[in-house]
Amino acid sequence: MSDRWVAVLAGGLSHERDVSLRSGRRVSAALRQSGVAVEEWDADASLLPKLREHRPDAVVIALHGGEGENGSIQTILELLGIPYVGTDAGTCRRAWDKPTAKAELRRAGVLTPDWVVLPQSAFRELGAQPVLDAMVERLGLPMMLKPDQGGSALGAQVVRSAAELPTAMVGSLAYSDAVLAEQFIDGVEVAVTVVDGPGGPEALPAVEIAPASGVYDYTARYTAGLTTFHTPARLDDATAAKVAELAVSAHRLLGLRDVSRTDAVVSATGEVYFIEVNLSPGLTETSLLPMAAEAAGRSLGSIYAGLVDRAIAR
Amino acid sequence: MSTSGPLPDRLGARSLDPHLGRYAARAEGMTASEVRALFAVASRPEVVSLAGGMPNLAALPLDFLSDQIASIVADDGLVALQYGSAHGIPLLREQICEVMALEGVTGHPDDLVVTVGSQMALDLVTRIFIDPGDIVLAEGPSYVGALGTFASYQADVRHVVMDEHGLVPEALRAALAAAAQAGRRVKFLYTIPNFNNPAGVTLAVARRAEVLDICARHDVLVIEDNPYGLLGFDGQVYPALRSMDSDNVIYLGSFSKTFASGLRVGWALAPHAVREKLVLAAESAALCAPTLNQMVVSRYLATHDWKGQIKSFQTMYRDRRDALLAGLEQHMPAGCSWTRPDGGFFVWLTVPEGVDTKAMQPRAVTARVAYVPGTGFYADGFGSRQMRLSFCYPPPERITEGVRRLAGVLADELDLLRTFGPTASRSLSGPQTPAPDTA
Ligand SMILES: Nc1ncnc2c1ncn2[C@@H]1O[C@H](COP(=O)(O)OP(=O)(O)O)[C@@H](O)[C@H]1O
Ligand SMILES: Cc1ncc(COP(=O)(O)O)c(C=O)c1O
Ligand SMILES: [Mg+2]
Repeated sequence: MSDRWVAVLAGGLSHERDVSLRSGRRVSAALRQSGVAVEEWDADASLLPKLREHRPDAVVIALHGGEGENGSIQTILELLGIPYVGTDAGTCRRAWDKPTAKAELRRAGVLTPDWVVLPQSAFRELGAQPVLDAMVERLGLPMMLKPDQGGSALGAQVVRSAAELPTAMVGSLAYSDAVLAEQFIDGVEVAVTVVDGPGGPEALPAVEIAPASGVYDYTARYTAGLTTFHTPARLDDATAAKVAELAVSAHRLLGLRDVSRTDAVVSATGEVYFIEVNLSPGLTETSLLPMAAEAAGRSLGSIYAGLVDRAIAR
Repeated sequence: MSTSGPLPDRLGARSLDPHLGRYAARAEGMTASEVRALFAVASRPEVVSLAGGMPNLAALPLDFLSDQIASIVADDGLVALQYGSAHGIPLLREQICEVMALEGVTGHPDDLVVTVGSQMALDLVTRIFIDPGDIVLAEGPSYVGALGTFASYQADVRHVVMDEHGLVPEALRAALAAAAQAGRRVKFLYTIPNFNNPAGVTLAVARRAEVLDICARHDVLVIEDNPYGLLGFDGQVYPALRSMDSDNVIYLGSFSKTFASGLRVGWALAPHAVREKLVLAAESAALCAPTLNQMVVSRYLATHDWKGQIKSFQTMYRDRRDALLAGLEQHMPAGCSWTRPDGGFFVWLTVPEGVDTKAMQPRAVTARVAYVPGTGFYADGFGSRQMRLSFCYPPPERITEGVRRLAGVLADELDLLRTFGPTASRSLSGPQTPAPDTA
């Protein structure tokens, strides 16, 4: 480890700044425990000069939301020639966009809830009501509505009746210019972390998420105690294998690198639906990746220290 | 069924909070919220924050203060660094009486308790008067920090409407009558008569005696919270409610807005009979307000032109208020209305029908401007069409820029509502608590 050091980027200006700061603190502490020297930097106007001047041996991106996952920061790091943990810029741009990732995976035969994606302008220009009616006809109710990009469940809503739809649209469009409407899958939610190792991508044990309120929203995510987690998920062996395989396939098919987390829902009939993939998974005290690591008998620090080594070596 | 397999079952089950079953009922609302999360972005310099209520301390004489603080420690350190009485330092209590005299209050230093900010005074008063379920009347909207305190003592808060002249006496009568009809006891009226947080309005002098009279007739105590009273932009001061009725008013004061909020020095002036309980409550809450900080305030009042300093604060805040009002005048779309404060820190903005300020907040953050959604200032979910805009902290040109951005956000939101029709406005959701630094 000697004099090697990494910069952990956290904060930024996305809606998930608060979550990101917590992720940053957590992964920094974990890295230090594993013997890696760490500086924690915010992503603001001082970042580029700092990167140029101090040139860390590698960067760990703990930014969530736009700038951290849409390829922007990755592009900058590639321009500067600084190694970083995570998926390359070009792939981020595609995989971060939920409809794009869903389309790619569906083409490859992966099961994902049926969906439509529409920009705000389409509703304005074509008249909202007929478009909303067509959406309900196609996807049924309840329906899942969320911003086409983003995380932490911000703007994500379960719409149970057609009458709620206009309000929910306004809520989702507050976070993004386009909305992703999906068939709602009633079932058990699981999250599977995938980490690249010497033998290729490997799934960590799935974490099952059981929010007390029934909805895994922002409050249920970041208030300790409001959600019960089962690690490993309470799935029979065959389903557990299917879930792990889905996450590894998503990682491979989308071309992700180092680490990813796939969110999925297991329906009552045992079908496994791909929901979305996270390029910069949450690393907070209440986040899923650290739980999965623990269940796998690995520490967060050793996983990220290993990924730092990989980043530097490539 | 794939998910009910008996195998690993609850082995790996965990709640991340092992204390879950232990919390008191009053901890119930203490959860993470999206509103709070967005304030993390608002604190970045890229964002024009019209959300925070932090006083602007830039004009304080820091060199002078650092000399004074050094000399307090050098000359009197063993007192300054020691516990003091829960009552507060006698000299400071005398000086506070001189400060209150500016608003016509004649109180005895013995009837005054020095607290850790007026926030603690609020806590003490609630602690000694409120049992769970007791009714507290408060202006609608009211100070979020007070609502938090009332909630933690499980008070039942009822709001009384204001107009541009403050609390409406007729509405106060109606609220008292409604409570009486329901056979319920109202313990006190909590009011911020001057430059209300968040509404920016002031209780008309002509209404003051009437409000006091109504409360006295109904045997309802008045809690007068007055941190902004000396920040009238034309140097005007209004007679405190306490100056008109010394028996039925507890007056809460603070040095947070007129001197330094971080020192956490405030006070309560109570009727003689109540004072003893306040002192005992203060003792159990904090033992005493920080001695050093009390001495710093005392020294400042004794050696600095503190009235001149307040005058310079008035001018600074007036310029900021002017920038905010001019910006609103110039940029806000039709259908908006707002208050025009002549002191304090805040403007209360009402947006066009259908707009939900909480739902719009992420869009504002994307546009790099922040405000506090109105629902935080009500205990009953009201306020979805309102927001609080603070002009205390950013310099005038940033305020102007912030209003320009806000107008753009509002225009986009109106466009969205036109698209989705009148049913798109959000139904009322429960109260949200903004972060303390937005208070
Ligand atoms: N199609 C769906 N059916 C059922 N629940 C869903 C669906 N899509 C999302 N959810 C729920 O909404 C939450 C947020 O959705 P997700 O797409 O994972 O957004 P985020 O990126 O914010 O995590 C999920 O954790 C899950 O609980
Ligand atoms: C109306 C009102 N009361 C009390 C307080 C708390 O002030 P202090 O700093 O004295 O605790 C504030 C602060 O914002 C306030 O606006
Ligand atoms: Mg997710």
